[in-house]
Amino acid sequence: MLYFSKLRIVLIILFSLLFILIASSNLFKIEDSFFDKKINLGLDLQGGSYLLLEIDNAPVIEQKLQNLTTVIRNYFKGKNIKINNIKVNNKNIFFNVSEEDKQSVIDTFDAEDSEVNPYYPRFKSHQLVLEEAGFNFKIGFSKQGLIALKTSSQDQAIEIVRRRIDEVGTNEPNILKRGNNRILVELPGLDDPMRVKSLLGKTANLTFRFVSKDNNDSFGVEKLKYEDNSQEATVSKRIIISGDNLLDAQPQMDTQTNQTIVSFSLDRVGAKRFGKATSTGVGKQLAIVLDGMIISAPVIRDTIASGSGQISGGFTFQSATDLALLLRSGALPAPLNIIEERTVGPDLGQDSINAGMISLSIGFLLVIIFMFVKYRIFGLITNVTLIINLFILLGILTLFEATLTLPGIAGIILTVGMAVDANVLIFERIKEELKNEKNNIIAFDSGYTKSKTAIIDANITTLLAAIILFFMGSGPVKGFSVTLGLGIFTTLFSVYFIARLFTSIYVSRNRNKEKLI
Amino acid sequence: MIAFSKYYNHFNIFSAFLIIISLILLIFKGLNFGIDFKGGTLIELRSVNSKINVSSLRDKFSQMNLGDISVKKFGNDIDYLIKFENKDNKKNIIEEIKVSLDESFGKDFNFRRVESVGPKVSAELLKSGVIAISLSLAIMLFYIWIRFEWQFSLGAILALFHDVIVTLGVFSLFSLEINLSIIAAVLTIVGYSMNDTVVIFDRVRENLRKYSDIKINELTNISINETLSRTIITSATTLLALLAIYFFGGEILKGFSLAMILGVIFGTYSSIYIANTVLVRLKVSQRTILKEDDKLEN
Repeated sequence: MLYFSKLRIVLIILFSLLFILIASSNLFKIEDSFFDKKINLGLDLQGGSYLLLEIDNAPVIEQKLQNLTTVIRNYFKGKNIKINNIKVNNKNIFFNVSEEDKQSVIDTFDAEDSEVNPYYPRFKSHQLVLEEAGFNFKIGFSKQGLIALKTSSQDQAIEIVRRRIDEVGTNEPNILKRGNNRILVELPGLDDPMRVKSLLGKTANLTFRFVSKDNNDSFGVEKLKYEDNSQEATVSKRIIISGDNLLDAQPQMDTQTNQTIVSFSLDRVGAKRFGKATSTGVGKQLAIVLDGMIISAPVIRDTIASGSGQISGGFTFQSATDLALLLRSGALPAPLNIIEERTVGPDLGQDSINAGMISLSIGFLLVIIFMFVKYRIFGLITNVTLIINLFILLGILTLFEATLTLPGIAGIILTVGMAVDANVLIFERIKEELKNEKNNIIAFDSGYTKSKTAIIDANITTLLAAIILFFMGSGPVKGFSVTLGLGIFTTLFSVYFIARLFTSIYVSRNRNKEKLI
Repeated sequence: MIAFSKYYNHFNIFSAFLIIISLILLIFKGLNFGIDFKGGTLIELRSVNSKINVSSLRDKFSQMNLGDISVKKFGNDIDYLIKFENKDNKKNIIEEIKVSLDESFGKDFNFRRVESVGPKVSAELLKSGVIAISLSLAIMLFYIWIRFEWQFSLGAILALFHDVIVTLGVFSLFSLEINLSIIAAVLTIVGYSMNDTVVIFDRVRENLRKYSDIKINELTNISINETLSRTIITSATTLLALLAIYFFGGEILKGFSLAMILGVIFGTYSSIYIANTVLVRLKVSQRTILKEDDKLEN
């Protein structure tokens, strides 16, 4: 166990130096672009926001079913089958048919090439499930149908979220899917988390609709509140143009009124419809509705055929900028709720870094002093090994650009405390061997050999705990499991290669010395 | 040589007593779950003006109708920690609080940290925490079973249960907060305590092979003594590192390092006085080990 070949010695030294070099690249700014990896600081250390958003799919399901009722009615109309009493209730469509039509409705829904009920051959399932009770039918989404719907609304939502966050201009945001109805957003170094939260919290569903004077609108009407909660207005359900028709939106200063406004331009379809509506509706009020609230309802004075216009509504410059941003990035398919938030301010992050570094230095120092007092020369070997171990650990973290969190620093400190364990096991064993064995080299050799199983078993148990933490934990705690787990590997490496190398050199030079350890 | 085996019975009774007390506390007093597991909102504030007293801040927050609320100083005189239920799940609650604080105290407060966990997420986090701890215990049980014999596995796992339950018992007794980092600490305790037990067990196994005429009672005592200096040194260095985190690592890591400190102490104790006594009570002998060796040879 004490013999090292020349090649191996060189390799160990090169390996250690390499990692020391990599680790120290975090401390000094190296202008070389050849190696520009760095340890990432977690949100708890550099400051920033972690947001977990959940998509509220209920309105999407409701809307899809509502659209489906029209599809079903028209489809069966073409086949001369009359669908009666069709309505949407509690995530299901209900309707009934006459006795002779019953079987053909069932066949239509069960067919693999069904036009109203798409079939997913991969999952051997239809989109919809049809249940019958007498002449009454109930339609709901199948399990696969619901998954497909959720996945598609998640895909759309993540795209919109990404656009909105990109527009705010935070550096290196991390936007990820979680499950099939959640989106994880990590925003490092964010100045104003409240702004992002309010931007993500808005669906941004924009519609232009006429204000109805009477209640005899053929599309139906609804009462909507103004955004400042001041009053209500009756608005037609007929949508003239929606946010989908917008090409661009920008905040602007109206030079005449000295007000901040949002100017927008429309696509061709939108411009045509807007022109038509404004020409027929001169004198009427056009309500601009965002997420069910009226922003403003100006009176149409003239036909607007240019396909551009303005929204005014008592904006501040900030709120106009945000509205323009929301309109440019488009509407979310469904409302998003923030179900988990963790925001750390930059000064707390810096305080945590300082506290982590101070406790690491103190912990390190205490362990080093303890080991030196206890084992003298072998304590020194352990300590040098410990320092190299620390560098290798930091080097690996740098190499993989791992994220270092505050609990992660605690994991490093704990590694320092526990790393000496393997060396202690070996040294104590050597001491025991020396009681019966006069030959130093043989005693050292068997000390290493006999302590091996205990060291391996002991480290595997800690590693198992770290692995479980890695898979079950989230965020900062995950950072802890990474440093703790990697620390075990670097510790075993440094104990069996570096410390053993030092030990072998020392022992072979003092092979005849009494009371070596 | 210290006669550890002389006190096996005494300390077994003592441990049983500790476990019963802990269980009673856990059942009747329960744990003080933080927002990670209970849901709610946490705000860490730093005031620029140190003259604000905590009761006026508490009054201000009580007026805001936030449900169950706690306002405490956090580590020093200018930092405060506020926790509340946010029962109505208001979306812009942080903004409202900011406005309201600015009104009453001037722009004196800096929002250093905001954490908000919804009821769904907190239930999921609790579930995954419980699964993680149970899973780690099961895996340890299995690992020791493979590496040693079932008697050793049982001893190790009883020691682990003891450490986890008594540590949680202390947290319950002093109403210390249980959050995600405490789960991490408990899992690390499981790893550490196991580590300690394995080292002694390894020696017990070795000695069982070596001596056929020594009774298990005496044999465990010899093994504990032979590994004692290692046990002490490793516990000492780990505790030194943990004490450094506890005193200098800032408020956020206090609970975590405290749980670990307790775990290291209980873990060291249980390796000696629980894991080994199980071997004694199950009358492990050289035959137990030789059976295993036979299996390996065949």
